[in-house]
Amino acid sequence: MTDRPLKQIHLAAHFPGVNNTTVWSDPASGSQVAFDSFRHLAATAERGRFDFFFLAEGLRLREVKGRIHDLDVVGRPESITVLGALAAVTTRLGLAATVNATFNEPYELARRFASLDHLSGGRAAWNMVTSSDAFTGENFRRGGYLDRADRYTRAAETVALAREFWDAAGTGTVRHQGPQFDVEGTLSVPRPPQGHPVVIQAGDSDEGREFAAATADVVFSRHSTLAAGQAFHADVKRRLAAYGRKPDELKIMPGVTFVLGDTEEEAVERAAGIRRAQVSPATAINFLEQVWGVDLADHDVDGPLPAVDPVRDSGLVQGRTSLGDPLEIAAKWRAVAAEKGLSSRELVIEVTGRQSFIGTPASVAAQIDHHVQSDAADGFILVPHLTPGGLDDFVDRVVPLLQERGVFRTEYTGTTLRDHLGLPVPGRP
Amino acid sequence: MPRQLHLSAALDSPGHVDAAHFTALAGLAERAALDFVTLDDSYAAEPLRLDALATFARLAPVTRGLGLVPTVTTTHTEPFHTSISVNTLDWVSEGRAGWLVGVSDTEAEARAFGRKGAAPADELWAEAADAAEVAVRLWDSWEDDAEIRDTATGRFVDRAKLHHIDFEGPRFSVRGPSITPRPPQGRPVIAVTVTAADLAPDAGPGGRARVATAARYADVVLLDAPDRATRLTAATELRLRGGEALRILARIPAALPDGAAADSLLTEVTEGGGGVDGFHLLPADPARDLAALADRVVPALRERGLFRAGYTGRTLREHLGLARPASRYALAATIPSPASAASAGNPTATAEVTR
Repeated sequence: MTDRPLKQIHLAAHFPGVNNTTVWSDPASGSQVAFDSFRHLAATAERGRFDFFFLAEGLRLREVKGRIHDLDVVGRPESITVLGALAAVTTRLGLAATVNATFNEPYELARRFASLDHLSGGRAAWNMVTSSDAFTGENFRRGGYLDRADRYTRAAETVALAREFWDAAGTGTVRHQGPQFDVEGTLSVPRPPQGHPVVIQAGDSDEGREFAAATADVVFSRHSTLAAGQAFHADVKRRLAAYGRKPDELKIMPGVTFVLGDTEEEAVERAAGIRRAQVSPATAINFLEQVWGVDLADHDVDGPLPAVDPVRDSGLVQGRTSLGDPLEIAAKWRAVAAEKGLSSRELVIEVTGRQSFIGTPASVAAQIDHHVQSDAADGFILVPHLTPGGLDDFVDRVVPLLQERGVFRTEYTGTTLRDHLGLPVPGRP
Repeated sequence: MPRQLHLSAALDSPGHVDAAHFTALAGLAERAALDFVTLDDSYAAEPLRLDALATFARLAPVTRGLGLVPTVTTTHTEPFHTSISVNTLDWVSEGRAGWLVGVSDTEAEARAFGRKGAAPADELWAEAADAAEVAVRLWDSWEDDAEIRDTATGRFVDRAKLHHIDFEGPRFSVRGPSITPRPPQGRPVIAVTVTAADLAPDAGPGGRARVATAARYADVVLLDAPDRATRLTAATELRLRGGEALRILARIPAALPDGAAADSLLTEVTEGGGGVDGFHLLPADPARDLAALADRVVPALRERGLFRAGYTGRTLREHLGLARPASRYALAATIPSPASAASAGNPTATAEVTR
């Protein structure tokens, strides 16, 4: 990497989600649903010249032991509608909505994202997720179960079909027959300003990586170390050539948290306090139950991990991404707890954190720059732990340092999200 | 003081897909202090237009008092998504959202989705009623005080105030609760367009099903009638069916190319009549006609004491003089009688309790 010019960093702001990363017990924690909260965080991101603003989605409230999970922030508005409103109070910031391909039809998705792209002057992005669980399906016509193996088939055909609709917009009718869809339709919306709204995809599995290489403009990944990031980056970029794509045509942006302090010690101390707030005793038990699959309400979280072995496929916790095979995870967690002498709660704090940049503004700027210049990422999706002020310090204190380093824009140079990401407007086939 | 009129207008502008056009129209409507504006929508290839709800979301932050009532169709959409989208429009407009219920009756629209064929109007409106039932139950599924942020116990919500809705119908079932907390208005305003012919004794099954949906779920009916006498008969029938709280606005053309046309509209509106609460204006050229409305017609109505000088309330329900309904589930918890359990299936009846 010695002779090449500095890579420019891409940054996005994730509105704090409905999980325990978001600390609601802090007195500074505001509404997770009032429009002013969205306006504040989006305005902050635009002031920081971020590439885009990101909204997550979950289509069923999580349940534990057949009851609504009540420990985390819960309740959020519908993404595309919020972004339509934010388009009125921002001028350059990209606007990304997570929308499920399992519980929406391609024609409607294509029309809604084309509409958002027009209303925002070319700033729309679609984070495409899929779901196979019957639990979420209980809220929808489509209902129950999409076979897990069909998830990516449906996802790929959904994106391909949406792009057919965008390409034909204003000129003609799409006739499509595939394994998942047999449709014929004409959008009433002209071709979107970006040609195709930006497609974002999450998913670290082999199948997910291949799908991203074939289809996505941005990958929202999750990895814990520089080395893991580099391995992921190299692997996904390597796959692009098979689809006739160049490495620059796909941006890899892991989700990360961050904690700032005036000194390294202060930042570390503050980060530990945030982790304790994120993992209350009740939340620690909830995480253990998610793996163990049994009721652990009476477990002492200040003592060791449960002595019993986990139960597979108990269905105790619903509406939450699986962490993996319970027996393997329990074995791994026991090893970590034994090695470091951790209580149950300390163990959960230790193993459930996201990749986090912790330090002074200067050291956080240096870490981010180092990850990008070392090809562990092309940029990051920052996940603040506070709504709506959680990004303020980063924009005020870290962004100027990245700009001084010459690795982040000081002004927007284009008007569309594709411009910010350096992605060309796709030609019509 | 004479009875106050309710006035609304359609912003339909075939061929326009730019936010600036609609922002300008909303500015005119807001200058006139209209109760609300509507925007039609469908999945037909023509006319050229954007998603109506998204367009009105774009207007929410640049307006302050205007009610925003987009058409959202129920035939090919997911009732869950419809509910949370209208709910979210209410959040981003801070209590000014409504929903003009529509259906998709063409084979072309059915083919665009590829899930089912076109269906007759009575079937479509029965499905629309189910979608409205689901929407209302989901809005109610979070009681207003469900969010507690109780640091002592670590609980963010009181799960006893979040409710599964367990709707089961012939076309879909929805478990709930909503993922979106109860909207500022409790329930955004539901509107349905009805024609006098739908209410006539010889109405077909489609018309009858549309009226049944309106009578049960609508807060506002936009009524099409060819003349005043027919309008009066239709409005009287609607009130019998839908209750006294129903707001009935007569749909009338509003092409205002000159002063004479504006004066003619003023006369029509001032005479009022036909048993309606006001008028839903259908401009021929929205930019021209809404300007004439704001500059000429509405000031004259104000002089006559027939229309507000400016917004006195904050929410669309307040403009329309409609109470904010309590959640049916909160009512069910406080009045545990068989009667309230029965009325829990009927949101109109439940709302009446609180009016």
